[in-house]
Amino acid sequence: MAYNLKKEAEKKERLAGGHRLCAGCGAGITVRGVLRALEPEDKAVIVNATSCLEVSTFMYPYTAYEDSFIHSAFENAAATCAGVERAYRALRARGKVEDNFKFITFGGDGGTYDIGLQSLSGAIERGHDMVYVCYDNEAYMNTGIQRSSSTPRFADATTSPVGSKTQGKQQNKKDLTAILAAHGSPYVAQTALIGNMKDLHEKARKAIYTEGACFLNVLSPCPRGWRYDAADLAEISKLAVETCVWPLYEVEDGVWNLTYEPKEKLPVEDFLRKQGRFAHMFKPGNEWMIEEAQEYVDRKWAQLLARCNR
Amino acid sequence: MTLRKTKASEINEKCTWQELTLGAEIYEPATSRLVNTGEWRVDRPVFHPDKCKQCLLCFPYCPDSSIPVADGKRQDFDYMHCKGCGICAKVCPFQAISMVKEGE
Amino acid sequence: MPKRERRSGNEAVAEAMRQINPDVVGAFPITPSTEIPQYFSSYVANGDVDTEFIAVESEHSSMSTCIGASAAGARAMTATSSCGLAYMWELLYVAASDRLPIVMSVVNRALSGPININNDHSDSMGARDSGWIQMYAEDNQEAYDNLIQSVLIAEKCRLPVMACQDGFITSHGVANIEILEDDKVKEFVGEYEPENYLLKHDNPLAVGPYGISPYYMEIKREQAQAMKDAMPVILEVGREFEKMTGREYRFFEEYMMDDADVALVVIGSSAGTGKEAVDMLRAEGKKVGLIKLRVFRPFPRRPLAAAMCKVKAVAIMDKAESFSNSGGPMFAEARSSLYDLPDKPYCINYIYGLGGRDIRVDDFYDIYNDLFEIIEQDDPGDVYRYLGVRDSRYEEEEQRMIKETYHPGAAREYGIDKEKYEV
Repeated sequence: MAYNLKKEAEKKERLAGGHRLCAGCGAGITVRGVLRALEPEDKAVIVNATSCLEVSTFMYPYTAYEDSFIHSAFENAAATCAGVERAYRALRARGKVEDNFKFITFGGDGGTYDIGLQSLSGAIERGHDMVYVCYDNEAYMNTGIQRSSSTPRFADATTSPVGSKTQGKQQNKKDLTAILAAHGSPYVAQTALIGNMKDLHEKARKAIYTEGACFLNVLSPCPRGWRYDAADLAEISKLAVETCVWPLYEVEDGVWNLTYEPKEKLPVEDFLRKQGRFAHMFKPGNEWMIEEAQEYVDRKWAQLLARCNR
Repeated sequence: MTLRKTKASEINEKCTWQELTLGAEIYEPATSRLVNTGEWRVDRPVFHPDKCKQCLLCFPYCPDSSIPVADGKRQDFDYMHCKGCGICAKVCPFQAISMVKEGE
Repeated sequence: MPKRERRSGNEAVAEAMRQINPDVVGAFPITPSTEIPQYFSSYVANGDVDTEFIAVESEHSSMSTCIGASAAGARAMTATSSCGLAYMWELLYVAASDRLPIVMSVVNRALSGPININNDHSDSMGARDSGWIQMYAEDNQEAYDNLIQSVLIAEKCRLPVMACQDGFITSHGVANIEILEDDKVKEFVGEYEPENYLLKHDNPLAVGPYGISPYYMEIKREQAQAMKDAMPVILEVGREFEKMTGREYRFFEEYMMDDADVALVVIGSSAGTGKEAVDMLRAEGKKVGLIKLRVFRPFPRRPLAAAMCKVKAVAIMDKAESFSNSGGPMFAEARSSLYDLPDKPYCINYIYGLGGRDIRVDDFYDIYNDLFEIIEQDDPGDVYRYLGVRDSRYEEEEQRMIKETYHPGAAREYGIDKEKYEV
C-alpha cells in the first residue's frame, strides 16, 4: 500500500500537545511519526528510557500519550519492554487480554548506545516481539549536552568541549545500527525526518509489524545541542542525508538494502556549517578537521555501498 | 469514602497525599492536553488558508501536534499547544505560514 | 493430603513457584540462588507451568522485566542474591514506589568485597530502605511457606515482597518438609486482579512519571502508609495460612519467652542453633528465651518492644554490618523501638556470621551467660561487639569462635582505655 500522507494524517494523534519538549525538538517529531505507523485499531504500550522525551512526556500528572506508558529507569527500557511483552503473551494465552497490542520503546542515544546497550542487546537477542526506536540527537541532551558514543567526531559537547588542548569529541560515532544488525534482528533501519516522512513511516511500519525484535535509528536534531535555529530542522535533516553523514538503509533478515542514494553527494561541510557544535572546525588552521571528517564519511559510505551491493 | 483522585484535571500542587493517585499512576489518555504550552511562544505562526494547497507537509513536522487535520485538510493552529518553533513555516512550499512576534 | 517431601530450601521455593504458576519470571543466576531459576526452567521446559520465563542478561534486567510485567497486569516473580540484589538496587525503589506486587526470593549471601559466596544478611539488609516488605525464613519449611504467603501479601498491600532464606545453610540444606497440594496453593493465592494495568481494555495506564518536588513527598508519604498498612495484612494472611496448615506465622516467633530473664533476638537459620542453646540452659534451670524475627520490613517495633520487655537483658544478633560504628541494622532498629518505654532491658549487639562464618550452640550458650553477668553487674559494658572473629588482643590460642570479652564498666569508661574497649 503506497504511502499517502493525507490518509495517515486522518489517524488519531497518539502523541498529544502539552508536553514539555523544547520548541522544535526532533524527538517529538520522531515519536509522532513512528506512532502514526500503527494501525488505528491496534493498541500500544509505549516504553521510555529516562531522557528528554520521558521527563517531558510524562511529568506527573500529565502524560502526552493516548496509549499506556511505562518508564522505570535509564538503562533498561528494552528490558522493561521485554517484561511487558512477555506479560502480554502470558495474559493472552490465559484469556485475560484480548486486544492487539504493539510494544514500542523509545530511548535517546544515551539510553541506547551507551548505558542501555546491555539491556537492548539482551532484548534483541532473545527476540521479543517489540520495536526499539532510538531518537538519536547525538549527545546526552537531557543532562546538558554531554558527549555520548553517538556524538560525531569533532563535535563540541560539554564533556568533550573545544579547548586549547583538545577540540571536541575525539572518537568517531559508534555504528549502533550495524551492531544490532549483527544480532540477527529480523529488521533494523536507519531513517531521518525528511520529505513527507515516507521513509520514516515505511520503516516504522516494517519495524512494528515484523515479528521479532526490531530496531529503528532516527536522526532527531536538537536545536539546543546542535546549535542551529530551531526552525531549520527539516533542512538540517536533509543535509545529513544528502552528505551521506546519516545514510538511510535497512537490514532485513541479514540482507543490507540502501533505501536512498543521493543523486549528488554533497560535501560534509554543508552539513557542518549549519551547526554551532561544529563552528570551530571552520577556524583557520582547522581545515584538517573538515578533511578528516570528509574522509571518514567517504570511507563509511563506501563500506555501506559495498554491503548493500551497490 | 476515599479522598483519592483519579482525574488529572483534579490534581494540582495543593493536593494532599491522600488525594494523589496511588503510585503516581495516571489512568487517562493524553492528560498533557490540559497544559497550556502555548504560553512559551515568542514567535507565533500565522496560517494563510488562501495560499495553502493542503499538501499537509507541515503536519508531520510539528513536534507539538499543533496542526490539527480534519476531513483531509489542515485546520488552524492549536495555539494552546504551539510553541512557535517555526519548522512548519520553513517546510511549507507555498509560504502559507508566516512567523510573527507573539503579541503582534 | 499434603505430602512430606525431601527438599532443599531452593527446591522448596521452586516448588512453591511451580504451584503458584506465575505469569512471568525474569531471572538471572547467582550463587546460591541459581538453582531457583534452574529448577523453574525445567518446570517450564516440561510444561509443568505455563509461565513466560525470560532468561535475562543481568539482574538489573530481571527486576526490569518484573516491573514491566507486573505493571502490565501479570503476576511476576524472580530470585537473586548478594551482588545481584545490589545490581538491581535502583529498581527496588522503583518497584516499590510504582506499587507493584512483585515477589522475589532472596537467598542471602554476603556482599563483595572480598567476593564471598556464603551466607550473611548484608544483601537484604542493604535494601532495607527500598520500600520492600522483607521476611526471613529459619528453615526450609518456612522458606516454602513464606513464599506462598508473599504472593497474597504483595497483592493485598500493593507492595513488593522479598522472601529471604540463608544461602547454602537453608537453600542447599536438605530437610523433610510438608508440601501442600497444588490446588490448595492455587486456591490460597487466587488470581492477580489489578484494578489498572498497562494492557487494560477500558483505559490506558501511565506508570513511572517525572515527579517534581511539589508531588514527590506526598507520593512517598502514601508509600509509607502502605508499609504501615501492611502490618495487619501480614497477620491476616498468616492466620489464613495457619487455618490451612496448622503452622503459625506472625511478625516473630517467641521461644520460651514467657518466664525468661534474658533473651536473644535473631534472624534466620541461626535461630535454630539458638534454640538448642535455650534448651541446654533450660535443662540447667536457667530462664532463657529467644525471639526469632520473621518480618523485618515493616519493622514490628511495638510488638517486638513488648516482647523484649519481658526480659531484663537482650542480645540482638546481626548477621550484617552497617558500619555505623554503633552496631548492625537489627540492633539499631530493635533498640530504638525500646527507647520511649519506661522499663526496658539492657541491649547488646553481636555482629556475627559475616561471609558465612559459623556460629555454634556454644557461642549462644556463652552469650546467654554474658547476659546474666550484665544483669548481675547492672552494666551492659560496650554494647557493640563482634562474635567469631580472630582477634590479636586475646591471648588464648583458640583460633575460632572468639567472642569479645564482656568488659564491665566499658560503657562508662570509654575514652579512658580506648584500645581495650574499642571494637
